[in-house]
Amino acid sequence: MMQYVVITYLCLAILLYLLLGGADFGAGIMELFTRSKNRNAARQTMSHAIGPIWEANHMWLIIAVVILFVGFPRIYSVMSVYLHIPLLIMLMGIIARGTAFVFRHYDAVKDRMQQLYNRIFALSSAITPFFLGVIAASVLAGHIESAPSDFLSAYVFSWLHWFAVAVGVFTVALCGYLASVYSIGEAQTEADKRYFIRKTRTMTAIAFAAGGLVFLAAYVDGVPLWQWIFGNAVGSTAVALATVSLGVLAYAVGRGWTVLPRLLAGFQVTMILLAIGYWHFPDFIVVRNGANLSLLNSQAPLATITALGWALLLGSVFILPALYYLYYSFQREAEEVAEAAH
Amino acid sequence: MDDFIAARSQMALSLGFHIIFSCIGMVMPFFMAVSHFQWLRTGDSNYKNLTKAWSKGVAIFFATGAVSGTVLSFELGLLWPKFMEHAGPIFGMPFSLEGTAFFIEAIALGFFLYGWGRFHPWFHWFTGVVVGLSGLASGILVVAANAWMNSPAGFDFVNGNYVNIDPMRAMFNDAWLSQAIHMSLAAFAATGFAVAGVHALMILRRRNVQFHTRAFRIAALFAAVAAVLQPLSGDFSAKDVARRQPAKLAAMEAHFHTEKRASLVLGGLPDEQGKKVDYAIKIPGMLSFLAHGNFEQEVTGLDRIPVADQPPVLVPHLAFQLMVGLGMGMVALSLLYFLAIWRQKQWLRSNWLLKLFVAATPAGFIAVEAGWTVTEVGRQPWIINGVMRTADAVTPMPGIAYSFYLFSAVYVSLSLVVIFLLYRQIKMVPELYDRPAQLVAA
Ligand code: HDD
Ligand code: HEM
Ligand code: HEM
Repeated sequence: MMQYVVITYLCLAILLYLLLGGADFGAGIMELFTRSKNRNAARQTMSHAIGPIWEANHMWLIIAVVILFVGFPRIYSVMSVYLHIPLLIMLMGIIARGTAFVFRHYDAVKDRMQQLYNRIFALSSAITPFFLGVIAASVLAGHIESAPSDFLSAYVFSWLHWFAVAVGVFTVALCGYLASVYSIGEAQTEADKRYFIRKTRTMTAIAFAAGGLVFLAAYVDGVPLWQWIFGNAVGSTAVALATVSLGVLAYAVGRGWTVLPRLLAGFQVTMILLAIGYWHFPDFIVVRNGANLSLLNSQAPLATITALGWALLLGSVFILPALYYLYYSFQREAEEVAEAAH
Repeated sequence: MDDFIAARSQMALSLGFHIIFSCIGMVMPFFMAVSHFQWLRTGDSNYKNLTKAWSKGVAIFFATGAVSGTVLSFELGLLWPKFMEHAGPIFGMPFSLEGTAFFIEAIALGFFLYGWGRFHPWFHWFTGVVVGLSGLASGILVVAANAWMNSPAGFDFVNGNYVNIDPMRAMFNDAWLSQAIHMSLAAFAATGFAVAGVHALMILRRRNVQFHTRAFRIAALFAAVAAVLQPLSGDFSAKDVARRQPAKLAAMEAHFHTEKRASLVLGGLPDEQGKKVDYAIKIPGMLSFLAHGNFEQEVTGLDRIPVADQPPVLVPHLAFQLMVGLGMGMVALSLLYFLAIWRQKQWLRSNWLLKLFVAATPAGFIAVEAGWTVTEVGRQPWIINGVMRTADAVTPMPGIAYSFYLFSAVYVSLSLVVIFLLYRQIKMVPELYDRPAQLVAA
């Protein structure tokens, strides 16, 4: 029983990291693709929106990692060994981004250093989710060898293939998409708002194109992605719902609504994860010529799972209300500011 | 560079880097809470400015602490996958609870940093206190995980398998209490002396004296109280080590030969081949007393430890001497400070006391790094004391040396940037705060 609590929290942590952390990354990605004319407005809106919740958004990654190494130690160690290189690059991205964000906010002197922080922030905002995508794809693609013969097949080709690259690009596009939708509601002026709506359209198109790329790459690499998603009712329904909701989202954005589009964007990402996750569950790491590592067969002993489950449940009692109040307080204030600006 | 050495160096580097930021992240919120409290109570705007100035510094340290901590939670697997595969489920309890503590800390920090003028002042103050308390809790929890590596508990090791796992017993292992107390005090002493030293320097330079005097008083008081308690807790730790890790005690005391009425070796250069210590002062019976509370009792020397299980001696011994030496120096300075507060108020206005505090700025942090070197190097060759060897835990991936170089470069540049930013923060104090005080000084 407790094992399902733990698994639920793991899925939740990954999902929330993608939704909240992903929007943070997206903020940086948007900076990267914004013409300098608009960059300052975009940056200010985002930094205003992210600031207070900045630390909390990135805690989901740590929660996911802790659940992995406490509850599913073999999965954690296999990933650490075979995906060492992309993990390392992702960590470099996390370091660069986290520090650049705070440095630019808290540097007491605002001079040319700001440009450097901005550059680093924007670049690492794209690199980090790219490698997150690469890691997620490599875990499922089945290119991890059970008995690798040499360095390259063990530590490089486990993650360096077209499918992983395409999923990396797709993840970056999704983050940018999330951020653009979220920021519509944060816009402080009518002009900014129109600008973010245009951005959302572009980002939707890019995300669509990247999604197509993923299917193409899967085909090239022989990854049965089509079957994962459309081979079962849950997967196809999820994708169908996500597609339909795109239309609703476009309508809602057109009407100038702000809350519904956010929920829908979150819903779409959730559906994409569900479509892929459902087929694989409970497998977590797909291994070539070997036994897959699953959330059910690679568990820690029962005593640990029970303790971990209780720790998570208990933690939520403290965390969730506080987190809700944090989002609520600063959201309400952002709305007041937006109202006042009209 | 050998991959194994590279992995150990990278771990040491990352932890040595993280510990500085986590100490500051744990302790500064308490300083801020005091200053914030003084502001709310007295309305003295110096305290408000101080709280704000400190909170900016803390935000910088917190972010650096958080990213270096995130890196660590991956690095444990990247460098020691075999260790984590077996240890994760056993010593994971503190980490799972720590997750909650971090989360609360991050949430409270959001309220605190961005909450100026938005919430009821005492609610705002309270969120700052929560940052401190949850930081302290996460420090204690993660140290409990490290204590488990020194004093494994909560499982049976049968034919190479880890069975009968009991995460609660693993968390409350024999070493957790002594290490938790010692580490928490160390964080207060180290951060306190570092902060007091910086503000003392500013007072000496006659910059914004009112502002810096208030800051100095808060930091110095915390530092002095912690520093005076530290040797007591260190003695508790040493007795603990003597009981659970005689090899580590022998290494840090450079105690090569088992003997009754063992003497305490002060200073000196251990000669690991010759099994003796050159140029040292020896106090007969003292080691027996310190380790076991009895001048006659036998103290296990390295000769009782199989050669394959012996830790290095030179590094732990020197690091231990350094920690204790600095600790004693900090005690002396703290006693002077107490005397100044109680009996000799004129000392507070004199330069020599401030100069001593300036000199002591890095002392606490050097002692922290030295203390961790004692604990970690003294545990070698074991990663889990007596159960798993460090060499068996290391990742099979070759080329770790490059990753070590990369980390070194990143951490060195980050340290430089943080120092640069802090310098700018302090330099901007006159412009941002404390205008009137400067006029007074002028
Ligand atoms: C401000 C820092 C500081 C100061 C002044 C001292 N220590 Fe310390 N010491 C630490 C900071 C530290 C530490 C970095 O925090 C360690 C590393 C692991 C731990 O739990 O605390 C440590 C470890 C440590 C250990 C090993 C504990 C173990 O492996 O479990 C012993 C025996 C002592 N210390 C003893 C002392 C004594 C007798 C001191 C007398 C003045 C002293 N320390 C001052
Ligand atoms: C004795 C050693 C350690 C102490 C005392 C310590 C303490 C702390 C503290 C107080 C923080 C809060 C951040 C701040 O205030 O700057 C922190 C952050 C963090 N630490 Fe450590 N830590 C230690 C070692 C480790 C290790 C070994 C790991 C990895 C497994 C780790 C993982 C983390 C993580 C993930 C964070 C970020 C959490 C956040 O965003 O608040 N720490 N640490
Ligand atoms: C932040 C304070 C800490 C510092 C400064 C520190 C320092 C060090 C040093 C110097 C080493 C290298 C020892 C050697 O190989 O000779 C090391 C190793 C290691 N430490 Fe710590 N340590 C700290 C806390 C922790 C904590 C809290 C954990 C885990 C919960 C931890 C886990 C490890 C591991 C897994 C290794 C590698 C294996 C080994 O050398 O035994 N350390 N650390």
